[in-house]
Amino acid sequence: MRLDVVLRVVAKLLLPFMLMFAAYVQLHGEFGPGGGFQAGVIAGAGIILYGIMFGLHAAQTIMPPKLVEFLVPLGVLIFAGTGVISFFYAMNFLDYSALGPVTGLSEQYAQILGIIVVELGVLVTVASTMVAIFYGFAGRGQD
Amino acid sequence: MEFAVNSVLLTMMAVITIAIIRMQNLFGVVILAGIYSFLMASVFMVLDAVDVGMTEASVGAGISTVLFLSVLGLVKTRELKSIHTPLLPLFVAVVTGAVLVYGTWTLPDFGSALSPANAHVGALYLERSMPDMKVPNVVTSVLASYRGFDTFGEVVVVFTAGVAVLLLLRRGRGRAKAMRRNMVARGLIPDNQLSDEERAQKEARDAS
Repeated sequence: MRLDVVLRVVAKLLLPFMLMFAAYVQLHGEFGPGGGFQAGVIAGAGIILYGIMFGLHAAQTIMPPKLVEFLVPLGVLIFAGTGVISFFYAMNFLDYSALGPVTGLSEQYAQILGIIVVELGVLVTVASTMVAIFYGFAGRGQD
Repeated sequence: MEFAVNSVLLTMMAVITIAIIRMQNLFGVVILAGIYSFLMASVFMVLDAVDVGMTEASVGAGISTVLFLSVLGLVKTRELKSIHTPLLPLFVAVVTGAVLVYGTWTLPDFGSALSPANAHVGALYLERSMPDMKVPNVVTSVLASYRGFDTFGEVVVVFTAGVAVLLLLRRGRGRAKAMRRNMVARGLIPDNQLSDEERAQKEARDAS
């Protein structure tokens, strides 16, 4: 690695804060600005920063391409699966009130639970798609 | 005050746009595009669209810059001179811009209470978000719950984009080599573009 040691140390110091901020944006999305999409981009950017600073191989060690490709459709499935649950209670697609009878929560909290699960699906798909696109571009220069 | 902030931000965006057009060094262009996105995010902040501003900052200035930089790792970093005259693209850009400006004449005033955005279901969402689901950020309750189906569509779009890029960039490599081998075997590639190895294979085949 011929990269500047300052850049590498700063990147290492920033990474935990970036992932923490992604978690904050994700979980605080109901009360402040943010949500799954923004959190997913920030989390993906953390992995990408790691890949830029320490090489593609290092990034693929903590986040294997196989796992990334598994996570891209998983997020969509989490989102769609939450919607499908309401079918079993004769409600519309993505009506989170159906989560009430499943979990024993009140109507309001069923809505909140639905939002949290759905935002998790958005986070998973967005973050893994960003990382997958980066892997695609960065891996191309190597051969 | 808001007028002053808006004027400064929009003037800087215009200056950066001109700099992007005139600059030949693509690294500089990518960084300027990132700065443009940050200014755009600030404009969204002034418009009280914090969620949109956050998305613009993370996607426009963050991920796009990184992806452009990783593309620059694969290609030359100086812009080549165009072989066409810029007159036709200039004409298309001017006409499109004029049509868009003409379109803004009939839009309702900014923040008008009678605009469709405020007169339709918007007020209903603002009123019902807290009693329905105790979510104070109405943007989240609209995105994830009231309009959950739209957001589902967006996630599917991101998913489709990811799958398309994976198909093009990752699996494409093996296919490209196989296609090249096929073209060489059929003699579709001129002799002066063959690699040494391919030429040796061709001569061996011609001899037999």
